[in-house]
Amino acid sequence: MNKMIQESRFRSSFRRRAVQAAAFWFFRLAALVNGLALCGIVYFVVKNGWRAISWTFLTQPPADSMTQGGILPCIIGTLALAIGAILVALPIGVASAIYLNEYARPGKLLRVIRLGISNLAGVPSVVFGLFGLAFFVVILKMGTSILAGSLTLAAMSLPVIIGATEEALKSVPDTYREASLGLGATKWQTVYRVVLPAALPGILTGTILSISRAAGETAPIMFTGAVFFSPQLPNSIFDEVMALPYHIYVLATAGTEIEKTRHLQYGTAIVLITLVLGMNLIAILYRSKLRRNR
Amino acid sequence: MIHKREAAEKIMYYLFTAIGCAAVLIVLLIMVFLFKEGLPIFKVVSVKDMIFGNFWYPTSDPADFGIFPLIMASVWVTLLSALLSVPLGVMTAIYLAEIASKRFAEFVKPTVELLAALPSVVIGFFGMVLVAPFLQETFDLPTGLNLFNASLMLAFMSIPTICSISEDAIHSVPLALKEASLALGATHFETIVRVIIPSSLSGICTAIILGMCRAIGETMVVLMVAGGAAMVPASIFNPVRPMPASIAAEMGEAPVGSDHYHALFAIGIVLFIFTLIFNVVADQITHRFRQTGEASL
Repeated sequence: MNKMIQESRFRSSFRRRAVQAAAFWFFRLAALVNGLALCGIVYFVVKNGWRAISWTFLTQPPADSMTQGGILPCIIGTLALAIGAILVALPIGVASAIYLNEYARPGKLLRVIRLGISNLAGVPSVVFGLFGLAFFVVILKMGTSILAGSLTLAAMSLPVIIGATEEALKSVPDTYREASLGLGATKWQTVYRVVLPAALPGILTGTILSISRAAGETAPIMFTGAVFFSPQLPNSIFDEVMALPYHIYVLATAGTEIEKTRHLQYGTAIVLITLVLGMNLIAILYRSKLRRNR
Repeated sequence: MIHKREAAEKIMYYLFTAIGCAAVLIVLLIMVFLFKEGLPIFKVVSVKDMIFGNFWYPTSDPADFGIFPLIMASVWVTLLSALLSVPLGVMTAIYLAEIASKRFAEFVKPTVELLAALPSVVIGFFGMVLVAPFLQETFDLPTGLNLFNASLMLAFMSIPTICSISEDAIHSVPLALKEASLALGATHFETIVRVIIPSSLSGICTAIILGMCRAIGETMVVLMVAGGAAMVPASIFNPVRPMPASIAAEMGEAPVGSDHYHALFAIGIVLFIFTLIFNVVADQITHRFRQTGEASL
């Protein structure tokens, strides 16, 4: 009798362990799918496009109605849009985060602001495009320009920057603040001289991440900053530009010779991926170094 | 001197408060402009006819502004992509938070982040050039650009969102709960299913909703791989035209101030309302069912 119970116990514990092992393999598999998807997409693009990459491709404007030549205007346009967006979004985002983490007290206003930020983060990218078109391009009469495109991208990057900065500010120990206040510094002096410098690396990572995000977006700039083709490089922030993501879209869908420009499409995609994932990788590695040092 | 410092402090306080409201201001501005440019269409077509109208021919004469097929396309694409992204995202989160060794997790996490960073236009391009011909051949379809392809690509865009938010929720389950379960003789897997998932369920739900929010608003992928036919899908291999795709594809040709222009903004309103609802629901779940330690079980 006793032996039977023991045996059934043994069996049930064996079964339970087998179930666990099987289930864990499923979980592992799920995690693996992510890696496979990322590697698969990158490998596919690189495999088909590396031949298109050359010095000419990176430093020349498109030629022969965009079936030949390079993508220099697109690279410059994307950089201009992304940097413009950060110049606007960074000060506002950092100041918002400082308010949320250092100044705000729990209450209705804070709840409203938090709801606003999470809603802003959830607004579809194409709706940002509509907003930019109606507000910056039409009402403020900026036209399709780097300025309008950058401002639209800035509105979109704001929640990311706020989130990253807040996290960086939170990681500054309260003892720093207390020490500074205890020495007689005011709140602002404490924030400016103690908290911000300590949080700077974290803010920097967040900034790099949001630049890369802004560089990769297409929908917000489709009606506000980017154009199909522009014969010359932009001279001022009121010029319209070509941009890498929009260029891929245009060549892949709207051209009359889609098959003939395939190599250009892959090439442009490689440049965009390198730019975006490269910046992300730098930010991620930098962040993990920061965490290890802490 | 003291007065001056105090005054400066006050100024700083109000300055930061004002800037802190920037995000709210932008959301309000977005709403104002969507409604300002979108509402005039309802002089031409009634709200009911627009939302439930079956025909979207904005450029023919007389024009039809029925967006029901576009709404259904968005809904189906989102639901189908959730079918893939929810299990994959949540399972990856559980794997990262509970099962993977710390070292391995440190390697997998950046992969998920990089997947999130992949520009949507590249994913759309991948879907167009590789997945579409593959689907077309394998299932012998008239076109590989369809509902299924779009859902598949969208799933990979929402997995990172679902995964990272779920992971945070799982990490915040108190260790004592896990230890108690293990001490009672439950295996690690039983602990995950019966203790850890139930006690982080609100966070996981928030993650799923935000992931779906990302999928319904995603533009480039559906613009490039959904096929673009404005009809209510009858099968998952039908080409469809979700709302963001319609806006992005047609805004370039719609003259500013025309009926078509206003109609596209009206679609933007519908899309905005969808994401607003998703966000408010997610916010409610987080606040109402907040995990408060042991009391949450």
